[in-house]
Amino acid sequence: MVMADVPAKIVYERPEALDPRVTHYCPGCTHGVAHRLVAEVLDEMGETGNTIGVASVGCSVFAYNYFNIDFVEAAHGRAPAMATGIKRVYPDRTVFTYQGDGDLASIGMGEIVGAASRGEGITVIFINNANYGMTGGQMAPTTLPGQKTSSSPTGRDTKRQGYPIQTAEMLSTLEGSSYIVRRSLHSSREIRRAKQAIRTAFEVQKHGLGFSLVELLSTCPTNWGMSAAQSRDWLEERMLPYYPLGDYKVSPAVAELKK
Amino acid sequence: MAKELIKGNTAVAEAALRAGLEAYFGYPITPQTELLEHLSARMPEIGRPFVQAESELGAINMVYGAACTGKRVMTSSSSPGVSLMMEGLSYIAGTEVPAVLVDVVRGGPGLGNIAPAQGDYNQIVHGGGHGDYHMLVLAPASVQEAVDLTVLAFDLAEKYRHLVAVLMDGSIGQMMEPAELPPMQPMKTDIPDWAVRGTDGGEKRVLTSINLDPPAQEVMNLRLMKRWQEIEKNEVRYKGYYLDDAEYVVVGFGTAGRISLSAVRAAREKGIKVGLLRPITLAPFPNDILDELSEKAKAFLVVEMNSGQMLEDVRLVVRGRKPVEFFGRMGGVVPYPDEVLTEIKRLVDGPLTTEGHPRDRWLARLSETIG
Amino acid sequence: MQQEVIIAGFGGQGVLFAGQLLSYTALDEGKEVTWIPSYGPEMRGGTANCTVVISDEEIGSPFVKNPTAVIAMNLPSLEKFEDMVEEGGVLVVNASMVNRGVERDDIKVVSIPANEIAQEIGSERAVNMVMLGALLGNLDLLSLDALDKALDTHLPERHKKFLPMNKEALRRGAEYKAEAVEPA
Repeated sequence: MVMADVPAKIVYERPEALDPRVTHYCPGCTHGVAHRLVAEVLDEMGETGNTIGVASVGCSVFAYNYFNIDFVEAAHGRAPAMATGIKRVYPDRTVFTYQGDGDLASIGMGEIVGAASRGEGITVIFINNANYGMTGGQMAPTTLPGQKTSSSPTGRDTKRQGYPIQTAEMLSTLEGSSYIVRRSLHSSREIRRAKQAIRTAFEVQKHGLGFSLVELLSTCPTNWGMSAAQSRDWLEERMLPYYPLGDYKVSPAVAELKK
Repeated sequence: MAKELIKGNTAVAEAALRAGLEAYFGYPITPQTELLEHLSARMPEIGRPFVQAESELGAINMVYGAACTGKRVMTSSSSPGVSLMMEGLSYIAGTEVPAVLVDVVRGGPGLGNIAPAQGDYNQIVHGGGHGDYHMLVLAPASVQEAVDLTVLAFDLAEKYRHLVAVLMDGSIGQMMEPAELPPMQPMKTDIPDWAVRGTDGGEKRVLTSINLDPPAQEVMNLRLMKRWQEIEKNEVRYKGYYLDDAEYVVVGFGTAGRISLSAVRAAREKGIKVGLLRPITLAPFPNDILDELSEKAKAFLVVEMNSGQMLEDVRLVVRGRKPVEFFGRMGGVVPYPDEVLTEIKRLVDGPLTTEGHPRDRWLARLSETIG
Repeated sequence: MQQEVIIAGFGGQGVLFAGQLLSYTALDEGKEVTWIPSYGPEMRGGTANCTVVISDEEIGSPFVKNPTAVIAMNLPSLEKFEDMVEEGGVLVVNASMVNRGVERDDIKVVSIPANEIAQEIGSERAVNMVMLGALLGNLDLLSLDALDKALDTHLPERHKKFLPMNKEALRRGAEYKAEAVEPA
């Protein structure tokens, strides 16, 4: 009996847009997944060599080490302003920021609102993991009511510490924003959906349709004090109700593009 | 090109544009607003980016981003706005990318007022932003000089991959004087190798100010300081008036310098041998000429529109060899030439001392006049 | 040789443009000149004004405490600047807007009903040119012909129809002569 001659086929490999090096991210953290999705999309679009990334301050401060892309590193919160400067002098390049929730929704609120309201033609990848990761798990603008962090040790008390900011919903109210969606990285199904959204966001930029942002709900097992598996469950049970997934702003031109 | 009567702010804006400014990012603040307004019309007219940012924080970080592409970029503001920019200035210095800042100084501290002042000397010359860095600082005293130094600022920024500030006060921004604008330069076509633009399949470029490894950061700091030494060697600029036979020397920059010029001339008419040293680069400071004058002159008078911020740099060079006196007006009050003349006469009449601090003596006199 | 002029009045009396016209003329005549609006030490007070310095050499201070001449378009301007005019200098007062005499007796004073004259020749808007004419008729600063030329060149296109009126205003003003200064 002769075995059928099955040709070898590569079904999985490192995207060209990712640098072949080990990341510093904690086990179970979804930053790596988000990086990979961005890299795959840029490769698939043929944009890797035409892209300039803007890293922010937070756990992803070293994102530039992991992408095989021209990169700059912004001051805390200012990535959308820096990206604006680059995009305005290089309108034909793809420019994106990669920002966490403390960076974007706290210290950088002015810059993200300014960029979105101007309809700046950049793409923002926004990681929401409900705490400040790099500095050791303090309360973030996205920390849930009652959630314990190292700076809300008895749980976020909304009377004293206010309410979490629903970024996608808020930015979607701005006329200048074109594509604002929230996705999650807690299951393979959601990861696939997140990738589609990232693709659409970059297509929006490529077609000159304005400001695009994908909020990605992410896990932070180390600072949440959980295993990777527990953190996926916690995200699903606790974060999803407060941060519903969905398309918050799809401008008519973007809707046309998606057809 | 013929001279035209033009307002300082407008002249600086037009000069920058003609020097090949590729993108401007700013935020309105008096008394520099005409600069931003002029570019808001002219830049789009010739197809170049102009962005009115959401804040000075936004503006300086847009400059930071655009500077990382190696293009000619600038922002402008006035004192409180520049305070907000300090973060971005430190990052730009730490990333070693060229950029130009124009600061049209107003009265302070705090919200202060919109009158001309020189209270930003310390925040521009001696930092303000964190970390070990310098800005190369040019201080024009007339509209023509503001035009020429703006053009020079871009060349120096690129030559040294450095921050260059044009420090002028509100009166230069608001004043009209005849000035000759530079011819329209073509935009730069050569992009430096370090500038980000997309890899296009080649090696990636990363521009960052982070260096978590202290020894590596120290090497970077050493590089910055060596470059600064080179700038100190090559780029000192000043203008001297009547210094050849001067027994007394007035030191003043910008508007305080030209007001002092009127006083120096009036004193010369009275037979007083007095000269004026007007630093044009505040950083690097014209140490050598001042050192030379410290051997020749009998005494110095420093005149500023602040509480004596440059005074300390003068004292560092004079090192007690000769008496140094100070006269300043603060908070947006501009001295008249006759006030400076009175101080020159005081220098001549004596008694002079190298004891104590000139600021203390000046404050005592000022307290008597303005209470 | 350096001469300084402060022109002061209400906003809308054409104070800033009158100063600019002087400056353009000085520039065209090859002189050094600075023009600075009420900004700086003289901004305390309630009038709009500008300071023009005209010189043969590099100008020092653009701010002047004792100018060669002052044009006071209204009473607050007279109140503020009368004492500042340099001894032997010229003070042009708009008699249409000022109901008192000048106290100084060590300067040349030109008192001129500028609003009425401006109305006579067509429009009260020419009041600044009448006052400027009165200054030049009494101070050896710049010639009326040179000002005419500057008007031809620098008056905005939309105002070109007012050229004849402005030139007449300059001459009507220049007819007014100062009262003689009493020797001290």
